[in-house]
Amino acid sequence: MSPSGTKAVSTILDRVIASERTVSVFVVLLGFLCGTVLILAVGRNPLHMYEALIQTLTGFDLTRGTWNSRYIGEWLTASLPLILCGMSMGFAARTGLFNIGAEGQYIVGLTVAQFVALFGPRVPGLHWMLAVVAGGLAGAGWGGIVGWLKARFAVSEVVATIMLNYVAFFLSRYFTRLIPDANTYRTPAFPETATLSNRLLEDLTNGSRLNTGLFVALLACLAYWFIIERTRLGFSLRATGLNKEAARYGGIKVTKAIVVSMSIAGAFAGLAGVVVALGSFSYGRVLGGYDNYGFNGIAVALVGNSSAGGTLISGLLFGMLASAQPLMQSRQIPKEVTWIISGLVVVFISLRSGFRMLLEWRAKRAAARGERLVEGDGSE
Amino acid sequence: MNSLLNMTPSVLMMVAPILIAAMGGLVSERSGVVNIALEGLMGIGAFAAATCHVLLESATPLSVWIALAVALLAGALISLIHAYASITLNADQVISGTGINLLATGGTVFLCQIIFHQERTEPYRLGMLPGAGGVYPTAYIALAVMILTWYVLYKRPFGLRLRACGEHPAAAASAGIDVRKIRYIAVMVSGALAGLAGGCLVLTQTIQYTMYTINGAGFIALAAVSFGRWLPKGVAGASLLFGAAVALAIYMVNIQALRSLPPEFFSVLPYIITIVTLVIFSGRDYAPRAAGQPFEKGGS
Repeated sequence: MSPSGTKAVSTILDRVIASERTVSVFVVLLGFLCGTVLILAVGRNPLHMYEALIQTLTGFDLTRGTWNSRYIGEWLTASLPLILCGMSMGFAARTGLFNIGAEGQYIVGLTVAQFVALFGPRVPGLHWMLAVVAGGLAGAGWGGIVGWLKARFAVSEVVATIMLNYVAFFLSRYFTRLIPDANTYRTPAFPETATLSNRLLEDLTNGSRLNTGLFVALLACLAYWFIIERTRLGFSLRATGLNKEAARYGGIKVTKAIVVSMSIAGAFAGLAGVVVALGSFSYGRVLGGYDNYGFNGIAVALVGNSSAGGTLISGLLFGMLASAQPLMQSRQIPKEVTWIISGLVVVFISLRSGFRMLLEWRAKRAAARGERLVEGDGSE
Repeated sequence: MNSLLNMTPSVLMMVAPILIAAMGGLVSERSGVVNIALEGLMGIGAFAAATCHVLLESATPLSVWIALAVALLAGALISLIHAYASITLNADQVISGTGINLLATGGTVFLCQIIFHQERTEPYRLGMLPGAGGVYPTAYIALAVMILTWYVLYKRPFGLRLRACGEHPAAAASAGIDVRKIRYIAVMVSGALAGLAGGCLVLTQTIQYTMYTINGAGFIALAAVSFGRWLPKGVAGASLLFGAAVALAIYMVNIQALRSLPPEFFSVLPYIITIVTLVIFSGRDYAPRAAGQPFEKGGS
């Protein structure tokens, strides 16, 4: 590459790395680029992938020239648990904790919501609200355990959350199968009063599964922003995340901050469980495997830089990928390419600090070369 | 008791992959790199082995062994991503490990779609054949891996250097040890062993690769590393215990005395035991001190 070309590339890289936001955009574009190349490499037409994505986002089917708002509704529905799980991961990250446990907290929230739906008081309006609150609290409790183990016994939250994910999964299976008339994969149907289904939203989106969970997620987003940016609690949590010792010195109770942070993070994931259980299904499920919203939430939070708005947007992005899967498959694009894109995005983000080092090294080398040039001029 | 004895081959079949992967995790963590990608790397190994075996089965009787070798290489190759990110670029090791776990599911099923036009590999006619007493050769592979790991880590200068990198990389570097090179080797060994473990799992326990084949075995191996307190002996014991728990969860219906317990009881055991031991031993430092921390060379 010519010197001016190299310079242009490093200026662009400099700009990209300058802010977290541009890094996210860059990383997502890079992920899509790799996905496109991969589809080309296996001899399929990548345009079909983009057609599927456009149909998911706008409802327009470019090949047939038809429009159906249901696709938009399904996209939003798929995004809700991702946004909530992303906030779970993100909230913990702001306190310097790595919450791989959103999957487990999600499962606990889902399971408790299913129980409240089947056995709670069948009062219209109250029933589902009770389920939402119970599921959120259950997730908070499950996350709080991890915080307590970390604060009290110095157990790594990474190991503890991985273990508790499986504990949650097997406990959920066990207890759900105890429900009368439950078989190996489902319980009886939920009563009408328990579901989150919303007539207005359904009509607006031509009968999609979009439900009251939309408002739950938006409220949670608002709460996330408010707690982190506008309260003493949020300040002490962020301070703990930035520098634990300094926070302790400043009079912040660090152990308490860790437990509180993990509980709030767990509550978000628990709500995701409720939204899926009562929004997308009309009966309780005996889980056969992970739903993976918790794990994908990690990618969502990383791309969203753990801010409320960023997580919302990146949740919608990953929701688009998830929701476009069947449309891709029907266009001969292996739907797993969406998982590959998510995985690549996470790997690229982990390389971020490395990009920065590379640039610094380049700048140093360029400076050294500059000095040498000046010396050369002098000797002439 | 008799039925427990009859179960021994099944237990060994479950233990072998967990033990092999856990030894990989041990090597990586002792060098200072946490590898939570064991699960994903096992999936990649399992996919590689299953694919290779399906394609070669009718061509050569050595197909199973070639498949295991391919699984090993595939694991080592993909672990390079983790090594590059966490060692060369000082990336967050948990994030890059998570990325590989996500990539593994997507990548393997994607390749299945391309090669076999379905979401899983074709089933093979015969997997690995059990030897004397119904014990699969994977048990002997696991035994060999365990002894070799212990020997290299504790009886060879290389092992001493590797452990030094995990305890105090700066001191190791000042003694002339190339910390990055050793960590690269350790991560690739862990990738190779995880890949091999995935191959062993798929060729003995099932007839094809699906995205549910590994189903947490890699995370159990990770738990075994913590529960075994980062010592070869301990990790081997932990793998034996956890493998037995997994086997019991599956075969307990055959055992009269255990029939009243829910199968989830044994499934959940490894995870609960691990958390409880981490709590009990929380006061003492067993984990390699520098595990999870990037090593930045001073002055360069």
